[in-house]
Amino acid sequence: MRTKTAIRIGALVAAASVVAGLAGCSAQSSGSGSDAAKGTYTFWDPYPQYDASSAWGKLVTQCGKDAGVTVKRTGYDTSDLTNKALLAGQQGKSPDVLLVDNPVVSTLAQAGILTDTGTNGLKTGSISENILGAGVIDGKTFGVPIGANTLALYYNPKVLQAAGVDASSIKDWSSLTAALAKVKAAGKKGITFSGINTEEGSFQFLPWFWGADADLTKLDSSKAQEALALWKDWIDKGYAPNSVIQNTQTTSWQEFQSGDFAFGENGTWQKDAAKQMGAGVITIPAKDGGAAPVPTGGEFFTIPVQKDDARYATTKKIVECLSSGDNVVKTDNTLNYIAASSSLQQQQLADDKDLSTWVDAVKAARARTGDNLGVKYPVISEQLWTAVQKAESGSASPSDALQAAQQAVDAKLTK
Amino acid sequence: MTTDTTSLRPSAARPRAEGTPASARARRARAQRRSQLTAWAFLAPVALYLLLFYAYPLYKNIELSLRHYTVTSFVSGNAPFVGLQNFVSVFTSATFAPAIWNTTVFVLVSIVVQFALGLALAVFFHNNFPLSGLLRALFLVPWLLPLLVSASTWSWMMNSDSGIVNAFLEAVGIGQINWLTSPDWSLFAVLIANIWIGIPFNLVIMYSGLQGIPDELYEAASLDGANGWQRFWRITFPLLRPVTAITLLLGFVYTLKVFDIIWIMTKGGPSGSSTTLAIWSYQLGFGSLLPDFSSAATVGNVLIVIALVVGLVYARVQRRLEV
Repeated sequence: MRTKTAIRIGALVAAASVVAGLAGCSAQSSGSGSDAAKGTYTFWDPYPQYDASSAWGKLVTQCGKDAGVTVKRTGYDTSDLTNKALLAGQQGKSPDVLLVDNPVVSTLAQAGILTDTGTNGLKTGSISENILGAGVIDGKTFGVPIGANTLALYYNPKVLQAAGVDASSIKDWSSLTAALAKVKAAGKKGITFSGINTEEGSFQFLPWFWGADADLTKLDSSKAQEALALWKDWIDKGYAPNSVIQNTQTTSWQEFQSGDFAFGENGTWQKDAAKQMGAGVITIPAKDGGAAPVPTGGEFFTIPVQKDDARYATTKKIVECLSSGDNVVKTDNTLNYIAASSSLQQQQLADDKDLSTWVDAVKAARARTGDNLGVKYPVISEQLWTAVQKAESGSASPSDALQAAQQAVDAKLTK
Repeated sequence: MTTDTTSLRPSAARPRAEGTPASARARRARAQRRSQLTAWAFLAPVALYLLLFYAYPLYKNIELSLRHYTVTSFVSGNAPFVGLQNFVSVFTSATFAPAIWNTTVFVLVSIVVQFALGLALAVFFHNNFPLSGLLRALFLVPWLLPLLVSASTWSWMMNSDSGIVNAFLEAVGIGQINWLTSPDWSLFAVLIANIWIGIPFNLVIMYSGLQGIPDELYEAASLDGANGWQRFWRITFPLLRPVTAITLLLGFVYTLKVFDIIWIMTKGGPSGSSTTLAIWSYQLGFGSLLPDFSSAATVGNVLIVIALVVGLVYARVQRRLEV
């Protein structure tokens, strides 16, 4: 009998602990809700590398204090953030401020979890239209940029000198290809970029695609074919290594840093590392000269939909504090971003003359989801990188690959 | 619930002995009910656990694949029911046939080679020799490394232009092979990495299976004049059959869902040449800026069904072996 009682007690304890555990879970999640009522505002960003003691972490805390509330900041991995935000929206537990990669804004807006400026009251005043474009859908603006980064062409002066090439002579595609030929003849390597089958691949291909004046709504145009043929030709002739097919922007940068390459297509975020290795930078040339339109990178401050409308006023104050004036210039300098309005860009330039190429590049930049492409862009981009992969690896010609891509886009968008 | 189960119990339906005092009967009934409760209390944690962490996610996955979820309806929760339409579009997709082919090749070649090499090594190490313990431990290294590390390392080694594998091939005059960047080689490249990672698992299980075979059988066989080859095919292999079956089944399930290695090495490319069902499912759900949860769940369900069918085949074979 005693053992039976012991068993019974054991079972009860086991059952109770499960119930208690479940109750604990729910208590925890409802806890954050009641915190919010006491003046805690939640803030999600894709900068897990910055903790509370970093300049960014302190700035977020300070802006909360200025608005009279406590800001609870969480940094997520950027690839994780879209689905986290969607799930939170589904559960009605969106953060007050969500800082997301700009091409994701249209996806989240489509999902209906973001407020537009008409509701949240954010001002877009002096922000350059080309950067703001990623957040504009059907005339409504769903956030403000923290700044922008983009792509340019880094060059290694030592390699160019050995090959007898002057960086300033590179004005268009033909002069660039001629330079690559000279570099190869001198026994060095030409150019490295990232032609991988992810969004990064599309991001890196777009300067050439747009530089040929091609249009994302017509992937199979002859202009698009010219752009893809350019890359393909470089690989075939050995101006670009075969590894560009699987290069991420990071591995591509490592190749460039090996010192053998004359050119490396890479982003603003490498400018300090480039300075250290003595590399220079020029804007990516368009086919017939001038700076090619480059895609903008960088995040947007967005204000997700809340059950309690009254929260927006305070949230707006926090976002304005973070996204304007000296605060955002400081942040942009830390993040290696270019500010989103020309007056702030001038302020950055005054401090650092070396930024001029980047300011020029950002002025010529376009938002990937801009031109009202919105959520069509992810569909187009996926087919674009697939076509780039096919052509690079030789499994289809540039024209066949792009035709198949456009057909796939049509099929998906009409579905 | 308690009264239900009490009435179901065969003992409750048992005819009672004549003349039992009513109080004793009531006491017995109470005791029975209490032990019923105890049984349920014991079951509750497991049942809850199964429901929460197995049944519910599975149900959600099936639900995702039977409705047309867009990002909008994912949040608002009013996705229309579309029946098997997602399955039809997955089956008719241009990616489907190559993905099935890649999955089949990847799984079958991986399992066969892993198993053959694992078994050969197990037999080899079964003859204890000096340093065999240390050597065996070295063979386990691939298993101990995080997949991220080993896959990245393979990716570096197989780099087209600067990888050590191509450096070697060029040194011996074979020339550059675009392991990860050619559609003809990418599946082969990820297969090599996966086989390397899978050998230790097969080695360990087969080795422990070998230790379960009594030495007397081998002694008797050698007395009868059996040579090494005959000892393997007449004793080792047949007696390892149950261990073999479970190793192959586990290997199948593990290989079917391999994702990390392929994603890190090729991302399923170039142009889909190493895209398996697992990779495809991930690409649909998380690979682009616009998640397509319904299609991703549909491919995921196809994977589950395949694993289930193989599991059932295993159970049937196992039963036949036992009879």
